[in-house]
Amino acid sequence: MNWELGNFVPIYYNQDLTGFGNLFFLRTFIFRKSYKGKNMSTPQTIYESLHHQGFSRRDFLKFCGISATIMGLSPSMIPRIAKALENTPKKSVIWLSFQECTGCTESLIRAHAPTIEGLIFDHISLDYHHTLQAASGRAAEQARENAMKEHHGDYLLVVDGSIPMGNPGYSTSAGISSLDMLKEVASGAGAIIAIGTCAAYGGLPHAAPNPTGAVSVEELITNKPLINIPGCPPIPAVIAGVISYIVTFGQLPKRDSLKRPITFFGQNIHDRCYRRSFYDQGLFANSFDDEGAKKGWCLYKLGCKGPVTYNACATTKWNENVSFPIEAGHGCLGCSEPHFWDAGHFYQALSVPTREIVGTAGYALAAGAAVGVASAMLNKKKKVDATKNHETVTIHDLERTSS
Amino acid sequence: MNYVDFLLWVRGPAFQIATAIFIFGLSWRLLEILSLSRKPELAVVRERGIAGGFRTIFRRFLPVDDNTFQRSAFIITAGYIFHLGFFIILLLFVPHILFFREFFGFSWPGLPTPVIGIITIMTLLALIALLINRMRHPVLRFLSGFEDYFVWIVTFLPVLTGYMAFHHFFHYPLMLALHILSVELLMIVFPFTKLMHTFTWFISRWYTGSRAAQKGVQV
Repeated sequence: MNWELGNFVPIYYNQDLTGFGNLFFLRTFIFRKSYKGKNMSTPQTIYESLHHQGFSRRDFLKFCGISATIMGLSPSMIPRIAKALENTPKKSVIWLSFQECTGCTESLIRAHAPTIEGLIFDHISLDYHHTLQAASGRAAEQARENAMKEHHGDYLLVVDGSIPMGNPGYSTSAGISSLDMLKEVASGAGAIIAIGTCAAYGGLPHAAPNPTGAVSVEELITNKPLINIPGCPPIPAVIAGVISYIVTFGQLPKRDSLKRPITFFGQNIHDRCYRRSFYDQGLFANSFDDEGAKKGWCLYKLGCKGPVTYNACATTKWNENVSFPIEAGHGCLGCSEPHFWDAGHFYQALSVPTREIVGTAGYALAAGAAVGVASAMLNKKKKVDATKNHETVTIHDLERTSS
Repeated sequence: MNYVDFLLWVRGPAFQIATAIFIFGLSWRLLEILSLSRKPELAVVRERGIAGGFRTIFRRFLPVDDNTFQRSAFIITAGYIFHLGFFIILLLFVPHILFFREFFGFSWPGLPTPVIGIITIMTLLALIALLINRMRHPVLRFLSGFEDYFVWIVTFLPVLTGYMAFHHFFHYPLMLALHILSVELLMIVFPFTKLMHTFTWFISRWYTGSRAAQKGVQV
């Protein structure tokens, strides 16, 4: 299977997802039906799985339509999705959690379209996940080992959390260090998804002074197709959308220079921000409770990092398209960008340098003054010497003619 | 190094280095210039010359006579547009004011960004016109050396990259980083080039004016 970049060029994620309202009913519909075919023979492909659950061909095509919307694809792609799903076996997924806070999983389980249930039951076979799996201890590890053996070279590895390069004991699971676990599971993976800023770029554990020596997945595994879905946490619909895309097409979606899916990370928060017009007019909130804040003016002065942040928050939004941080009155922290934790004060404007410069200027002033005084003394000395060595010119010298 | 690392570097360590060199150079050169002092006036002075010095500082903002203006109408007009434009952009664009607030501890109101945008275009056009004039005018071309073109470039780049960054040309974080880098370049070369006239013009004008006021006899 070709995991590399696909030929499909997705359109930008539709910013107005009001259509989801209609799709909701279908989602519930899917979920309600999802246990019907429980006792039948194990379905091999996603289409078979849906068919066994009592879905008609029409339902299936509707489902493909939803998937296209989620993945930011044009409606013309629906037949291709349908064709792909008809022949795609359910993908085995192993989810590894390292130095993380489980916020990414918390985000994912709030995915509303497709739901996490929909993903697990219809799209993928989630064979290992600390938080979501029922098994524990030896049985859990056995499930991981079985999946690795059975689907060698083909399973999808999802990682959340950074990997400590300091003491291996900083992060272990079943007595195995994060580094060893990652290397072992990655070796047989078909592709890797680094979910959350910690797995993608090191994130919070990587913040200065980085006590655990945290690194991202990308820094350790370079020989596998990899996609980053950063964010602290990432938007649930984005995680679900990317997993759906990979499962559907068997390849990674188009990525940007930071290996993020362009469909969801191609647009700037500032460009898509509904408060942008206030920025252009020069209308800013100066504090979180002043008149400007109440009127919903631009949060640039309060440290919004929207202008340098690429994510789908301003369009896809959170909590089933209800809102996003800027809409709630707080500036963007830039959490989907590398080093966001060390990119200057959260509440200081983007134009303020990240390092202390007043003190630097003070020292420079003193040093410059010292050199200035030294130069002044040298110049003075030159003047004195010139006066001392001055030869007095007499009237006779002036009368002298050149020969 | 990806664009994020680059932006962080120019916003952090690079800006610190540029600030250090800029302030160091300014403090050194200004102190040295001021300490050179002038020869004492041996004749009986007409007046102390302080008022005359200040008078000249302000009077020279305008051409002293119509003839001077007519002969150099283009340079004076374009020069004014560029200088005023540059300072309006520098001091009245809100993100810049936020930077100064961090440095000085106080701030002032800014202009709406579309106004700054128009002024930026006028500044850029004036700078380009002045460069073309410098290259085409036989006398100016003869008098111009490497430094003249170099200071033009380091002055032009921050305005251009700032405009491009503001309008999100190409990639905003990258343009912003290039903008800050170009400002850092300007700051570093500033104290050691003709750009020092920003701080020395009023000193030399004051000196010329006060000397002129001292000469002659009281009537």
